[in-house]
This record gives sequence, structure tokens and C-alpha cells, in this order.
Amino acid sequence: MSNTTFGVRRRGGGDIIFAITNYSVFIALAFLCAYPFYFLIINSISANDVSALGQVRWLPVDVHLENYSQVLQLNGLPMAAIVSIARTAIGTLAAVLASAFLGFMFSQSKMWGRQFWYRFVIITMYFSAGLIPVFIVMKTLGLTNNFWVYVVPFIVQPFFIILVKTYVEAMPESLQEAAEMDGANIVQIFFRIFLPNMTPILATVAIFSAVAQWNSFQDTLIYVTDQSLYTLQYLLYMFINQANSLAQAAQNSGGNLSGIITAATTQTPTSIRMTVSVLVVLPIIFIYPLFQRFFVKGIMLGAVKG
Amino acid sequence: MREYPTSNGAAGDDMTSQLVLQEVAATELEESPAAEKASRKQRRQAGGRRSIGMFLCIVPFMVLVFVFSYFPLYGWIYSLFDYRPALGLSGSEFVGLQWFELLVSSPTQVAQIGQVLLNTLAISFLGIATSVLPLIFAIFLNEVRAPWFRNSVQTLTTLPNFISWVLVYMIAFSLFSSSGLVNNVLNDAGLITQPLKFLDTDQNVWLTMTLWGVWKGLGWGAIIYLAAIAGIDQSLYESAKIDGAGRFQLMRYITIPQLMPTYLVLLLLSVANLLNNGMEQYFVFQNAFNKETIQVLDLYVYNIGITGNSLSMATAIGMLKSVISVALLLTVNWIAKRVRGQSIV
Repeated sequence: MSNTTFGVRRRGGGDIIFAITNYSVFIALAFLCAYPFYFLIINSISANDVSALGQVRWLPVDVHLENYSQVLQLNGLPMAAIVSIARTAIGTLAAVLASAFLGFMFSQSKMWGRQFWYRFVIITMYFSAGLIPVFIVMKTLGLTNNFWVYVVPFIVQPFFIILVKTYVEAMPESLQEAAEMDGANIVQIFFRIFLPNMTPILATVAIFSAVAQWNSFQDTLIYVTDQSLYTLQYLLYMFINQANSLAQAAQNSGGNLSGIITAATTQTPTSIRMTVSVLVVLPIIFIYPLFQRFFVKGIMLGAVKG
Repeated sequence: MREYPTSNGAAGDDMTSQLVLQEVAATELEESPAAEKASRKQRRQAGGRRSIGMFLCIVPFMVLVFVFSYFPLYGWIYSLFDYRPALGLSGSEFVGLQWFELLVSSPTQVAQIGQVLLNTLAISFLGIATSVLPLIFAIFLNEVRAPWFRNSVQTLTTLPNFISWVLVYMIAFSLFSSSGLVNNVLNDAGLITQPLKFLDTDQNVWLTMTLWGVWKGLGWGAIIYLAAIAGIDQSLYESAKIDGAGRFQLMRYITIPQLMPTYLVLLLLSVANLLNNGMEQYFVFQNAFNKETIQVLDLYVYNIGITGNSLSMATAIGMLKSVISVALLLTVNWIAKRVRGQSIV
């Protein structure tokens, strides 16, 4: 792939200087991107009195996992975790299935008004009625303070449909023709023939959707006041702003919950913030590298073409 | 770094949306008149029955699109009323263009809107100015020979793209608040006696917002260019090398020109999105100190509409914003057609 991998290269002094500079800059950039995450993690497992003073910088101090067991007992956090997991799972499943189906259907030239309906969907990427009118529609439909506000508006997503449609159009036509000969109807063709053959693009769509669902914050902010529907992101935002009082509450109840409390395990605003952040970011850190090659490929498909 | 307006909140990251648009461009181009004619003929042959049946399968989804994207447009009518949710539309007073007049007649309102527009445009232009960074990043990363190093850099630098703005703010807070890491380190080094206010200040807000945007989006933004570089015909490089071109000449005369079309499309689209910064980033970073300079249009609409309860005013501003954005998009599309001979929408 790289233009430097073939042919004989002269390695002059200039080349070496270039390589050193190049590598250094990229190491610095990678460090800038990775260190903040590392910083959160080492602070969440270090002695709380040390981390509160900002003295944990390179290595964790007096490692303990007490923060996690205490923070998980904070008011509302288990519920928020359930809501976040549920919306991510259900929302992603719905979006993936709908994108797969619509992407497939829009590739069918025989469908009545295909061009029109495809544009009807795609154009919605370019305009929005605005916050207030959308809010009022949500309210009228009873979607405010309703779990389904996290799922229903995100079922049809133009971007995903485009990705799937492009993918389907690159698949051999004979696949469908053969199935039609055998008398399969369009729904059967979709489920039996196409869906199983779309795994790479569906993995791409799934990871995009899952990350968006997991990270979504704005919809809780706008449409939800019911505490039992708060998401982890929203709770994290509240925790950043209220960490002092939460630390107090954790200190007060700490005695009952975890036996002996020491300075190292007493909750501080810092320990609460860091620990909740790690809980929110950990799933992404673990899952995203596994899927990276899928979506890099998915994007290449689009980019090279455009 | 901008987000596209999505009627339903969780806008994808800007790179994603930009890719969409590119995709659309490619897809739309495919549908040449000839192909359309052919497909029409095919459709007639297949008989109307089946094609209507296929359409019926997608009807439920079209209803969803209508309800969440088209139907809210009806709500623009609120901008002509003094809308009070408790009274409903029929109980609210019809005020005509009062809200639009208010926008340009009251000096305080004009000053406020002026500041909001200034913030919006400044942050957008800084975003456009930094849009060249992912391109540079990709070109130089491509010069790295060790695949494991390239992959590691790519993985680590794209990570910030996948976290929420809330978490970005949390990171900013733990590093840059007055009791945060940076102030601690500077203090221990004896460089400062008073903590520096990185977050609770109205100074350099545009710049810091841009820098956070770059931090979050740089690695991810480079992916599309890396893909495009991988697609460049290798024989171009080979023949240039035979002619004795050095590394920088290859970049200048081959890589950069080859990437220009991709860059230009993305650039034009960011111009079309001048007014759409999204609100999440600015919402989490806003505080009593920086409110004046951080308030972009999207955040302003939220602040006066949801927090301040001026629903009609917020609708009016949101409406103007949407109309101007669509106009910008059409203009940019027209320019692209004139200049490059193909449309981007």
C-alpha cells in the first residue's frame, strides 16, 4: 500500500532525519490521545487521598478496587447502566435490521417509486425543522419521558442505508436471479440470501450505531426528566457537576457498605468522577479495536468510490 | 468541527456525515438518465403488482421518516404565534412576524444575536482552517514504514472519536481545572503560583473549542485520506521515482493533487454547514464565565427555547438557520457543479 515499500531506497542522512521527526511526531500525537484515558484509569484504582491531590501521574499508587464497588452503589447508577445497555442493544438491533432491509429494498429497481422514496429518505440528512418543533412532535407522540425516544427516531438512518445500498449493488446479480427462479419472494430473498452475505457492512453499521447510542447525551437532556430513564452519559455529566455532594453521601454510607474505611478508600470528588468515567469508557476501549478493521474497510469502500 | 442537523438529536460525528454526503454524490451520479430509462422499462415488464408489493414492505419506515423529519416542519408555524404549551396552538396569540422583527429591532436582541453569529462563524471558520490537518496527518502517516507502528498510531488516535463530548469534558476537567493535572504539574515545577484558568474563562474559547475538536477528530478524519492514498495508482509513483523524484516531490506532485478532489468535497460541505456546529460540545463546556463567547446558534436555540422557555423565538431562529443552511448547501452544490462538473448533493 505504502509508496515506500517497493523499489530500492537510498537511505541518506535526510531520510533518517525525516524518519526520526516523523516517528517522534506520531508518538507524541498517540501519547496525547492515549494518556488521558490512562490517567483516568490509574486514578480510579489509586489511593483516593493521593489521587485527590493530583499526585497520581504515571503509575497507580496503592492499587485498590474499592472505588468500583462503592460507585456502583451510588444512587441511580445501576439503573442508568441498564438503560444505557438496553438502548444500545435494542437501538442497534433495530437500526441494523432496518438499514439492511431498506438498503436492500432501495437496490431493487422494480420497486414502485424507488428513486422518489430513496431521495425522500436521503434528503432528511440535509435539513431539520429545528429543536423546538421536533421537541413538540416528540411530546405529542408521548415519547418524552419514554424509553422508546432512544430507539424509534433512530430506526431509519440515511447514512447506514446508503452504506448498505452501495454494498448490495456491488454484490453479483445472479444471487438474486437464482433465488427468483426458485420462486422465493422478496422477503425470503432478503432474509435467506442477502442478510447472511452482508456481515461486513452490517458489522460496520452495528458499531457506528452502538457507539452513537452508548454516547448519546443530548436526547436524555432534551426529552427526559424521569430519573429512571437517565443514561450513564447523563449521569456522568451530573456527577461532574455534583461530585462534592456525592462524595459526601458516599462517605456517610461508606461505613455500612464496605466495612473499614481508610483515607485511601474514602470517596472524594476526584475518585467518583474518575471511576464513573472509566465505567463509561471501558466498554468502548475494549470493543472498538476489535471492530476497527471492519469500519476502516467499510469507509474505504465509500471513500475510494467517491 | 460541525455536525449535521439531524432532526433527532444524536448526530453522527462530522466525519461520518461528510462521508455520507460523498456517498450520496457517488450514488446519485450512478443514476444516469440511461440507467433510469432502462430500470423504468424493466419495472414495466415486471408488472405493477410486485413493485407495489415491494413498496408496501417499506411503508412503515417511510411513515417513520415522515413523522420524525417532515412532519415537524409544520411546527414552523409556532414562529408566527406567541406559543404557550399550556394553551396549545389554538389558545396562543397570533403575532405574525413579531419574532422576526424583534430579532432585528431591539438593540439588546441584535447585540446578542450578533455575538452568537460571531461565535458560530468564528468556530466554524477555525474548524475549516484546521480541516487540512487530517490530510497532513494521513500523508505523513503513510510515510511510516512499519505496519505495526502505523496501526498502533491509527488505533490510538481514533480512540477519542468514539467517546462522548461529556467524557471529553470530563477529561478536560481532570486535566485542566484549577485542581487538575496541568495546574498541579506547573505548580510543582514552580512555574505558577496561582492556578491558570483554562476552563472558567471567556478568553480563547473559540481556540480551545477548536483544539478539542481537533483532538477528538484528527485520527478519525485521516482515515478517509488514508483510504484515498491507498487507492492512488502506484505506477504514478514508480514513474516519478524513475524520473528521480524525492519523497517531498512525490507528495507535492502526486499525493496532494490526487487527494484534492476528496478534500474539496469535504471543504465545500463544511461551508454548507457553516451554521450547524451542533450543541453537545458547547453545552458541556459552557459555564458562567464563558457563556458569552461559547454560545453558538444551536446552543442558543436550546438555551432560549428549552431552558428559557421562549419557544416561539427559538423556533423562529431555528427556522432561519435551517433555511440559510439549505440555501448554502444549494449554492455550494451549484459551485461544485460549475467547477468540477458534478454535484455533491
